[in-house]
Amino acid sequence: MSGTTLDLRGRTTPPGQRNLGTDVDPQVERIARTPEFQQLVSERTKFGWTLTILMLIVYFGFIGLIAFDKSLLAVKVGGTASLGLFAGVFVILFAFALTGIYVARANTRFDALSDALKRSVAR
Amino acid sequence: MNRVLLGLTLATIAASAAYAAGPDLGAVQQAATNWPAILMFLFFVLLTLGITYKAAKGTKSAADFYAAGGGISAGTNSLAIAGDYMSAASFLGISGLVYTSGFDGLIYSTGFLVGWPIVLFLIAERLRNLGKFTFADVASFRLDQTSIRIISAVGTLVVVAFYLIAQMVGAGKLIQLLFGLPYLYAVIIVGVLMIVYVAFGGMKATTWVQVIKACLLLGGATFMAGAVLFKYGFNPEALFANAVQVHPKGDAIMAPGGLVSNPVEAISLGVGLMFGTAGLPHILMRFFTVSDAQAARKSVFYATGLIGYFYILTFIIGFGGIALLMSDPSYFKLGPAGAFDKLKDMIGGTNMVAVNLANAVGGPYFLGFISAVAFATILAVVAGLTLAGASAISHDLYAQVIARGRTTEKHEVNLSKISAVVIGIVAIYLGYVFENQNVAFMVGLAFAVAASCNFPVLAMSILWRGTTTWGALAGGLVGLLTAVIMVVLSKAVWVATLGNPAPLFPYDNPALFSMPLAFATIWIVSLMDRSRRAQRERAAFEAQYVRSETGIGASGAHAH
Repeated sequence: MSGTTLDLRGRTTPPGQRNLGTDVDPQVERIARTPEFQQLVSERTKFGWTLTILMLIVYFGFIGLIAFDKSLLAVKVGGTASLGLFAGVFVILFAFALTGIYVARANTRFDALSDALKRSVAR
Repeated sequence: MNRVLLGLTLATIAASAAYAAGPDLGAVQQAATNWPAILMFLFFVLLTLGITYKAAKGTKSAADFYAAGGGISAGTNSLAIAGDYMSAASFLGISGLVYTSGFDGLIYSTGFLVGWPIVLFLIAERLRNLGKFTFADVASFRLDQTSIRIISAVGTLVVVAFYLIAQMVGAGKLIQLLFGLPYLYAVIIVGVLMIVYVAFGGMKATTWVQVIKACLLLGGATFMAGAVLFKYGFNPEALFANAVQVHPKGDAIMAPGGLVSNPVEAISLGVGLMFGTAGLPHILMRFFTVSDAQAARKSVFYATGLIGYFYILTFIIGFGGIALLMSDPSYFKLGPAGAFDKLKDMIGGTNMVAVNLANAVGGPYFLGFISAVAFATILAVVAGLTLAGASAISHDLYAQVIARGRTTEKHEVNLSKISAVVIGIVAIYLGYVFENQNVAFMVGLAFAVAASCNFPVLAMSILWRGTTTWGALAGGLVGLLTAVIMVVLSKAVWVATLGNPAPLFPYDNPALFSMPLAFATIWIVSLMDRSRRAQRERAAFEAQYVRSETGIGASGAHAH
C-alpha cells in the first residue's frame, strides 16, 4: 500500500523549531531542507492561494450583486443583452482562464523547480 | 413566496437528474414508445458492453480495477471528469430553468463551474501525489487508518446514496417520458447496466462509458446550440431580442429574477456547489487514473473548459427554446380554444425543453438521438457513483478497517465487485420505493455533505500540519450530521415530505453553516488533542508534505 510505505518512525517538528538529529527519515528531512524545495513550495502555495482568493472574490461578487443589487445587473449593454448576462459568462470564462494561468505557470516554472529539486536530491 | 420558490428550485436543480424527478414530474404520462431513441440507445449499450468486455479481460490487479492501471491520459481523463459531472439534470434542468426564468439559469451554470479552479489549485496534484485509489488513502496518509477510513467511507457512501437515489428516480421518470418504457423497467435497465459496467469492467470500462457519453452529450448540445444560432445568423443579440418578444415575462428574463432573493440562501448554495465539487468521491477518484500530478493538473484544466463550454451551450439552448418553441402550439398541451400557458403547459414539463427543441431543430431522429444521450448520461453518472461506493466498501472499510490490511489484492477486488452488485440492487430497490417521493433535495444534500464532511477532512489533512485523527474524525462527523440534520429540518423535507407546518431550519442549503462548523471543529479538537498519537501525527506531516508537494515516493502509474 503506497499510502503507508513511507517509513517514518521518528518525529519531526515544525520547520521553525526544527530539532535535527532525532530519528527522522533522513531523505524527507534532506529534501525539506533544500532551497529548491522551499522555493517551490513557497511560490506554488502563494500562487495557488492567490488564484483561489481571486476566484472566490469574482464568484461571490457575482452572487453578491445578484443578491443585493439586481438593478445594476439589469442594465442594458448594447440592445437586449444585460450586464448580468455578460457578468455570468465572464465568471465562467474567468474560472477557465484562471485554471489556464495556473497550468501554464505550473508547466513551466513549478515543473522546472521540481526537476531541479529532483536533480539536487539525486546528487 | 420567493423563498419558497427559491428553496424548491435550488433543491430541485442541484446537480443532477433530481431535477427531472421534481414534483412537477410526479404524475408523468407514459409516452408512446419512441423507437428511434430506443434503437440509438441500444447501439450505445452494445458499444459500451463491448468496451466493458475488453476492459474486463485487461483488468487483473487492484490498480486496474480502481484506477484503470493509472494509464488514462490527461485528455481522456478530462472527458471522463466532464462525463461524470455533466448530468442529465444539468442538461435538461438548466435549459428548462433558462426557458422559464432566463438569466437565473446562469446562476446555476456558474455555481457548478467555479468549484473546478479550487479543485485544481488546492487538491488535484496533492491528491495524485499522496493517494492510490480513494480519497481516504490521502486523508488517512498520516492519521489513524481505522478512524479516518471509516469517516471517509461513511461520507462517501452517504454522498453516493443520496446522489444515486436522485439519479435512479430521475432516470425512471425521464425514460418513461422519452422512451415510453414503464418506470420499473427503466430503473432495472439502469441498475443492471451499471452493475455490469462496474463489476466487470471496473474503472477502465467506467472511464470509457464516461468519455463516450461526454462526447455524445457535447456533440448533441453543440449541434443544437449551433442550429439555434444559425437561425439567427449567429447573432446572439437577435436571439435574445426574439426571446424577449415572445416570453411572457418579457425583458425581465435578461435580469436576475426572484430566484435568488435571499442573500444567505444564495451564498449558501454557492458554498455548497463550489466546495461540494471538491468533495465528490467519484470525481476525486478520477485523479488516481492518470500517471502523475502533471496529468492530474492538465485534466482539470481541460475538464473546466469542457464543462464551462457545456454550460454556455445549455444557456443558448434554453434561449433557443424560448425563441423557437414558445410560439409553436404543437409543443404544448392545449386548453379550450387552443389556449396554453407558455411556461406551464409544455408537453412533458419544462424539463423537456431541450428534448422538444431537438425535434424543432433536427426532426424526430435527432429527438431520438438526444433522448438516447440523456439516458446514456444518467447511466454514466450512476456507474461512476457505484464504482466510488464499491471502492469505499472494499478498499477502505474492508481491506483497511475489517481485515486491517491483511487481505490479498484479488480478494479485495472480488469484494469490490460484489459490493457493486449489491449497490446496484439496493439502488434499483430504492429507485422503486422512492418513485412517488420528492427526492429533489437529495442531490443538494449530496453536495452539502461532500462540502461539509469529505472536503474539510481532506483539505485539513493535506494542508494543515496540526490536524490530528481526533480533529478530523470529530470535524467530519459534525459536518456530516449538521448537513443532514439541517436538510431534514428544512422546508424540502420537514414540510414537503414529512408534512409539518413550518420548517425548523430556515434555509434549504446548509453548506454555509455546516462547512465552517466542520473546519472549526477539526481545528479546535486538533488543537486540544494532546495524545501521543496526535504528536506523532503532527510530526509525520513533514513526510506527507514533501511527498504531496513533489510526488517523490508517490506510487507510479502501473502496478505491474
